[in-house]
Amino acid sequence: MDIIKLISILAAAFAVSIGSIGPALAEGRSVAAAMDAIARQPEAAGTISRTLFVGLAMIETMAIYCLVIALLLLFANPYAG
Amino acid sequence: MAASPLASTVAFHLGPVDITGPVVTTWAIMAVLALSSWLVTRRLALRPNRRQVILELVVTGIMDQIDEVIRKKPRPFLPLLGTLFIFLVTANLSGVLPGVEAPTGKLETPAALALIVFIAVHFYGVRARGFVGYLASFAKPKLIMMPLNILSEITRTFSMMVRLFGNVMSGAFVIALIVSLAGLFVPIPLMALEILVGLVQAYIFTVLATVFIGAAVDAAEPG
Repeated sequence: MDIIKLISILAAAFAVSIGSIGPALAEGRSVAAAMDAIARQPEAAGTISRTLFVGLAMIETMAIYCLVIALLLLFANPYAG
Repeated sequence: MAASPLASTVAFHLGPVDITGPVVTTWAIMAVLALSSWLVTRRLALRPNRRQVILELVVTGIMDQIDEVIRKKPRPFLPLLGTLFIFLVTANLSGVLPGVEAPTGKLETPAALALIVFIAVHFYGVRARGFVGYLASFAKPKLIMMPLNILSEITRTFSMMVRLFGNVMSGAFVIALIVSLAGLFVPIPLMALEILVGLVQAYIFTVLATVFIGAAVDAAEPG
């Protein structure tokens, strides 16, 4: 196996593993904050959870970007020939 | 190794043009939506029957959401945004049907939808403020911010495209991997999650389009 493919696979694994740390922490914090808010104001639960879902999807997008980079490296690598 | 998620298979040839699988699925979805819209709106009455009640519930629901997001009369934006939402829901959920790949899980369909939103933002902006007024909105709050404002127009369109593509594609990809690793009935909870993700992504795409259009129309807050 030539060196570019080897490095691409390593880079894909690193992109997903490191790139998912930040979104994971951020999602945990936002869910905790939303729980806190719902516990304080149960009557606003609808609005809070709707905003939470949109926010979670936004945060999750960062991890998805890393996944797309990893897939580009694995399947559409311009340097691997 | 699984097939590349970035490439599309060619279904058939139409003269010199290759027609890919996602295009055929999109056409089928468009036909189903157009036919069902025609059937549902055929006999509208002042005293609605059950079918019309469901229809009115959907339409007023979308209008209420638009109204909540941009605080304007939702009627001018309803045709685009409502169609976008209904199409996205159908397209994202079509991946659940056996043998059908969700067209939004390939890069071309989200790219086309994001391009439609990109053009629609400028169309509504120019229509609401006039050409010069809309161009001037890019120079706010200072003239030096103009390159950044223009850049953000492009990057947010790109990010909409990648968000939709990545979420739908990754779901289908993970299910394909689990099927090949674990067997037949194991990915069912993941497919249930995929239905939720498809609905949420359709909602987010539409809400983002609404926010961008609202920002382009609103004089106080330029995009």
